[in-house]
Amino acid sequence: MKLRHGILAAAAAATFAFAAPVVKAETFKFAFQGNLSSLDPHSLNETFLLGSLNNVYEGLVLYDDNLAVIPALAVSWEIIEPTKWKFNLRKGVKFHNGNDFTAADVKFSWERAIGEGSDQIARASKIKSIEIVDDYTVILETPAPNPILTADLVNIYIMDKEWSEENKTTSATSVSADNSGNYANLNENGTGPFKVDEHKADVKTIFSKYDGYWGTMPSNVTRVEFTPIKEAATRVAALISGELDLVYPVPVQDWKRLDEAKGVKPLAGPEARTIFLGMDQGRDELLHSNIKGKNPFKDIRVRQAFAHALNLDAIKKKVMRGAATPAGLMVAPQINGFIPELNTPYAYDPAKSKELLAAAGYPDGFEVTMDCPNDRYVNDEKICQAVASMLAKVGVKIDLLAQTKSKYFGKVLKDGGYDTSFYLLGWTPGTIDAENVLSSLIACKKVEANAGLFNLGNYCNPKVDALTAKIGSETDQAKRNAMIKEAFTMVKDEVGYLPLHQQPLSWGVRDGVGVNQRADNVLDFRYVVIK
Amino acid sequence: MVSFLFKRLLQSIIVMFTVALIAFSMFRFVGDPINNMVGQDTSQEERDELREKLGLNDPFVVQFLRFAGNAAVGDFGYSYKYKIPVSEMIAERMPATLELAFISAILSLVVGIPLGVYTALRREGILSKIAMAMSLVGVSLPTFLIGILLILFFGVVLRWLPTFGRGDVVELGFWTTGFLTKSGILSLILPSITLALFQLTLIMRLVRAEMLEVLRTDFIKFAKARGLPDRAVHFKHALKNTLVPVITITGLQLGSLIAFAIITESVFQWPGMGLMFIQAIADVDIPIMAAYLVLIAFFFVLINMIVDILYYAVDPRLRTSDGS
Amino acid sequence: MEKAVETSRLDRFLDSDIWHSFKGNPVAIVSLIITLIMVLSAVFAPFIAPHDPFDLMKIDIMDSSLPPSWMEEGEARFLLGTDDQGRDILSTIMYGARISLTVGFASVIFSMIVGITLGLISGYAGGRVDAFIMRVADIQLSFPAILIALLIDGVARGIFSSELHSEISLYVLIFAIGISGWVQYARTVRGSTLVEKNKEYVQAARVIGIRPGTILRRHILPNVMGPVMVIATIHLAVAVITEATLSFLGVGVPPTTPSLGTLIRIGNEYLFSGEWWITIFPGATLLILVLAVNLLGDWLRDALNPKLR
Repeated sequence: MKLRHGILAAAAAATFAFAAPVVKAETFKFAFQGNLSSLDPHSLNETFLLGSLNNVYEGLVLYDDNLAVIPALAVSWEIIEPTKWKFNLRKGVKFHNGNDFTAADVKFSWERAIGEGSDQIARASKIKSIEIVDDYTVILETPAPNPILTADLVNIYIMDKEWSEENKTTSATSVSADNSGNYANLNENGTGPFKVDEHKADVKTIFSKYDGYWGTMPSNVTRVEFTPIKEAATRVAALISGELDLVYPVPVQDWKRLDEAKGVKPLAGPEARTIFLGMDQGRDELLHSNIKGKNPFKDIRVRQAFAHALNLDAIKKKVMRGAATPAGLMVAPQINGFIPELNTPYAYDPAKSKELLAAAGYPDGFEVTMDCPNDRYVNDEKICQAVASMLAKVGVKIDLLAQTKSKYFGKVLKDGGYDTSFYLLGWTPGTIDAENVLSSLIACKKVEANAGLFNLGNYCNPKVDALTAKIGSETDQAKRNAMIKEAFTMVKDEVGYLPLHQQPLSWGVRDGVGVNQRADNVLDFRYVVIK
Repeated sequence: MVSFLFKRLLQSIIVMFTVALIAFSMFRFVGDPINNMVGQDTSQEERDELREKLGLNDPFVVQFLRFAGNAAVGDFGYSYKYKIPVSEMIAERMPATLELAFISAILSLVVGIPLGVYTALRREGILSKIAMAMSLVGVSLPTFLIGILLILFFGVVLRWLPTFGRGDVVELGFWTTGFLTKSGILSLILPSITLALFQLTLIMRLVRAEMLEVLRTDFIKFAKARGLPDRAVHFKHALKNTLVPVITITGLQLGSLIAFAIITESVFQWPGMGLMFIQAIADVDIPIMAAYLVLIAFFFVLINMIVDILYYAVDPRLRTSDGS
Repeated sequence: MEKAVETSRLDRFLDSDIWHSFKGNPVAIVSLIITLIMVLSAVFAPFIAPHDPFDLMKIDIMDSSLPPSWMEEGEARFLLGTDDQGRDILSTIMYGARISLTVGFASVIFSMIVGITLGLISGYAGGRVDAFIMRVADIQLSFPAILIALLIDGVARGIFSSELHSEISLYVLIFAIGISGWVQYARTVRGSTLVEKNKEYVQAARVIGIRPGTILRRHILPNVMGPVMVIATIHLAVAVITEATLSFLGVGVPPTTPSLGTLIRIGNEYLFSGEWWITIFPGATLLILVLAVNLLGDWLRDALNPKLR
């Protein structure tokens, strides 16, 4: 955190120092491990795509450098009824092609985001209807009272209605054949501070500064070049050799190297993502285990035994090179609803773990298969290997199945019942609010109600569910937080999940480049300053 | 000759069809494309709907015929991930791969053949021994490790050469070239060495082995006995006779250069077809994978035909045997 | 009776050109010794390795990333240091070589048998048989080793459940690397056979009525063994390296039971961070092994080729 603030201070200082209009071409080059698959803001619900496109498109509101919601295309808003929000829109905003931004664009964009082919349907469904009051006022109606609506609005980007209609891109770029070749897939017309000059999918994307931007920003960058580099070693090498200004993610073990290398440094901070282990507590017999006829994870003593067998400090020190924060809670400190006193991890106590297993009827342990991605989270596979070795010491034999993310997600999210008994997963609540964790990971799985969709082990407690429903519509912050605490206390007492740690954000930057490292791992060009 | 060519062409078409079938049917089994196309929050019904829409529920034969018919006219459909026509993506990537493979092929031939001849003629020479030893080290290290070591040394320690990408490219109509800019040429150096190294050693060892065999044959001894100068014997007679297997292997290796480029491209983030393919495997982007395989097969069939024709030209004995 | 035959065979061997050539070639002797040491330590790894790197009970994450014992912070327990999971490098190399050699030998033998058989038949029979086999070879060649292996592995992943696949991945790998190699043998053998069969001695043999099988075995096969041995040598190296490359591309054996290639790949991630021993030792082992095998093959080629004598 210290490091981050340092950078911010430097960035802020730089802003003031260069406050006079210095028209100097500054090019910022960066690489990320994944690619920008489309320029269509409604095409894919993915952190990198949304984060990158937020420099080009904007929603009614925006995250600032600390993930606080600030006005963007809306200047102010008020809740006029529990389910009705009135937004006053910003006047004088122009899209990149010069068109004016008005209320019609807001309604159109929401319709596009909730319409056919969009991957933003879940998010857009938080709005039931949009009423245009006048050109610069809209009223949003929600299906139920929703105190955190603005967090969802951050990622519903506003497109130009006229432009979209002219170019026949009134529905989102989707994979269906009749809609391929969508104009918005390769072209953009947003209101953001940067335009896209050139976009070659998976090769290179070039952004340039939009001079008609409505806002002011610390950045002095006029051109941004993005290259996807999949191999970590190539990425790090390109930074050290001076070809790039920023790369991310950087393997945690390479921090030392970046520290020693001239002209570059690692940039680290805690990410709002919690890495945890889940256990199948729903089935009567585990899919992948040598125990037949019953499910050991249904016994709380087995879950406790697992919790006490894990040495989170060892994982932090050895696997994560000191760069993780061991966790006892399913949400990170940056998340609204975080409860410090619940964040103490379960104690590491292998002897107690063995006793608990014996008491549960497994004195010699048992065998279970563990599913693990190997290219999704920081050192994910290595964490799983370490977990397997720790559990082996209390007698539980883990068959580790580490796969690439597409295969891993294909298996654990398999249609008609999640195909896993024991797994590692990471989660950042997109709304930066604990409610998202409760409703996605902890609520009993009900597909039709969109509840517990990522509750892969089907932990299910009706009391927690009842609280989750109330939390969703409670607008009194104090009451709401009390209920969040109550819910998480129950989950923790029942050992519903095994939180491991918050993984680190791990970037590498060239000296003289100031960036804001947002806790959701998004790079906002608005804060990039080149000295 | 004409009937021979016609027969070859017909066979090639059958080969291409079979490859298309294999490529298509195999990739039906790899992963579930739906999971890769949608985000985490997409509901089950939407997934099912998408599956139906993409024709993933149609019978195998229907799906294949649709694929083969379109492929024949260069239409491989749209990439699942990028929603761009695959043919466009390939056209965009092909120059990068072909330029890399071309330079590597030249490099391995220009260095490999003379080294092979030299090491055969001066078997006991110090330079020969060094070249042989180096060639062994060359084939004994995995390509990706060589690439990373080159990056580490020339890019990170010395900071002489670019470590990734193609540098600045110049667009010449449909073709983009890295040959015309300084950064483009510099960027080519490390990847082309990485890619060429293995082929180079292979060609060198092969030329050497063949040369040694030929040098021991009677007709070379006879030529020497006739008092022909060594130079003439070695290059006019001996080298010419080693060319049959060299052409075969080199021809085949040219194809593998394009395929091996997968590794080199992924180490150097070279924006070619190989990188696209490996990315497509990770994303289960079936149209790209299928198109890539068919294209590679096409290159191979083409190269094979050329090799066969060269066979005819180089070794007259084969011409008579074909008649029997 | 049997013993007498044995003795006479041994005598014959000791008197053979091969043995004499071997005795006179120090490079071949050293290569053979190195190869034997590697093969034996791989075969007997469970008995002679200082640790069992696959026994999760005995691995401690707190032992991870220790440097070799002679360096500062190194521990005597781990001669060559430990990897990122706390496994003893020396032991993982021994166990890893076991897997690499299994994959290498099995796949080479597999493609050799298939390739030589088809090559001989194709070259000798000619006509439709030849055309058919060579067309199959063309199809096969349309997909280079790496691609075929990627494909086969992909299919295997699709057909088998993930659990089953990780269990049988070794066999999938052998099959994938093996099946992609036969064409080189077949084409080379065919090419040589085409040339050989028109030579006077083969034509003479045919004229006096020796059966094709006998001609192939007695006259043609020995003459094509030279190039085959060269290919087999390179192929063994290639097989081991292909396995490593597949691991690099994420398709090899699971890292819980690593081969040399997997070890190099894992270590590769630590090259920048200064933990060179995780990748350098397995890399050096692979290099030495492949070098030794290559040198042995070189010598063997010279010794086997009647024309070089």
